[in-house]
Amino acid sequence: MEPPLRLIAGNPLDQLARTLEALLVVASAPLPVEELAGAADDDPERVEAALGLVGERYREGRSGVVREHVAGGWAFRASREAADACAHLFERPAQRNLSAAAMETLAIVAYLGPCSRPDIARIRGVAADSAVAGLVERGLIAEAGRDDGAGAIRYRTTPLFERVFGLESLSQLPRLDDLGAGTDEIRERLDAVAEKRTA
Amino acid sequence: MIVRELDLDLDAFEGPFDLLLTLVLKDELDLREVDVAGIVLAFLERLAEREELDLEACGEFLVLIAALLELKARGLFPEEAAELAELEPEAAAEELARRLAEYRRMKEAAAWLRERLQSEGERFFRLGPALSYGVWNDVTPLAPQDPERLAQVIRLLAVEPPEVSLAHMALRFPPVGQFLERFRAVLRRRTRFDFDGEVGGLARIEQAVAFLALLELRRSGEITIDQAAPFAPIRVARAGEEIMNRDERTVAWNLRSA
Repeated sequence: MEPPLRLIAGNPLDQLARTLEALLVVASAPLPVEELAGAADDDPERVEAALGLVGERYREGRSGVVREHVAGGWAFRASREAADACAHLFERPAQRNLSAAAMETLAIVAYLGPCSRPDIARIRGVAADSAVAGLVERGLIAEAGRDDGAGAIRYRTTPLFERVFGLESLSQLPRLDDLGAGTDEIRERLDAVAEKRTA
Repeated sequence: MIVRELDLDLDAFEGPFDLLLTLVLKDELDLREVDVAGIVLAFLERLAEREELDLEACGEFLVLIAALLELKARGLFPEEAAELAELEPEAAAEELARRLAEYRRMKEAAAWLRERLQSEGERFFRLGPALSYGVWNDVTPLAPQDPERLAQVIRLLAVEPPEVSLAHMALRFPPVGQFLERFRAVLRRRTRFDFDGEVGGLARIEQAVAFLALLELRRSGEITIDQAAPFAPIRVARAGEEIMNRDERTVAWNLRSA
């Protein structure tokens, strides 16, 4: 049995917690503590403590709205319990329908960004023009200046990317070294194929 | 098995292999967008469906796919082609292994992202334009102002600007007759004169009117005009007085032309 709601009047952080709730409701993007503190005109440390209170109240299994730390800030989202109902109201977001080419391109930009289309093409072996254009249109990547050498436009992932994938930041991505086979292993396999062919 | 009839279903193309080749050769399909590995897989699948190995088809396919790969490589890495060609076999193999490993890691990363997207598929949140309150915070507020003073400033702006005088732009043409008399007086004293010397100190518009007077005198047969070359001095002489003989003039012309 869940205890009753514990935003008790008398707790000095209650008023601040209610203010933060309001700010998170009106915000359309995650808000870092500094921005919340600026808007609430309060101390960042007190804001963090008050966010703890908000998190107690708005969590999975207790509320239809869930407070989360995502994309470098704090935000509200719908609870997983309410996902089906939300899906009836809204169409499947465009960010979710990604082809294999788009996903590979997104991975390259997330790990190596800012990087240009030639950089992506060099790794994938196919031109990245359409995949990049699709990701920009979906708001998952955005322009981030130009390459020093050839002047090609470079791209990086957006906060929306982190939010769609539920990442607090890009540092939550698995380390590249832990992914896939290493160069040595591939080289051994190449050598083995070559030996087999010449035998 | 006919290689050219191989059915393909790729991201960039759907149809028989020979149509893809035709489109590529006609530059109507960008080969850089074509997943060549997908073509190889389609061929291998078709090959696996048959119980015996069709060597003729394999040979034909290898030739075609090798040509496609070369074309694609040139299209993708125009600058690197020469660079890679210079590599020793050992270094080239190392480079190939490095690139394959890099691509493999990115494929794994893409797979991780796809799994993540599926596990986070039930996320619904508000999307909208960026907040603007931060911008308002950055605006420095105005100091308190006196309304009367503001009204004065606005009154200054509301005053009609003074009309700009164009008097200096009006053109005044001196009468042609003035120059007719002037030139006639000169010719009474001298048999000839230099036009530039007579009008040199005058304004441009007065020089133009003086030239009209000169033409008028020429039309009435009172003077003869001679000029050795374009932009050379205009010599004016009383009618009946030759400015210089023809030989002299020819020499002068040739000298100026040279």
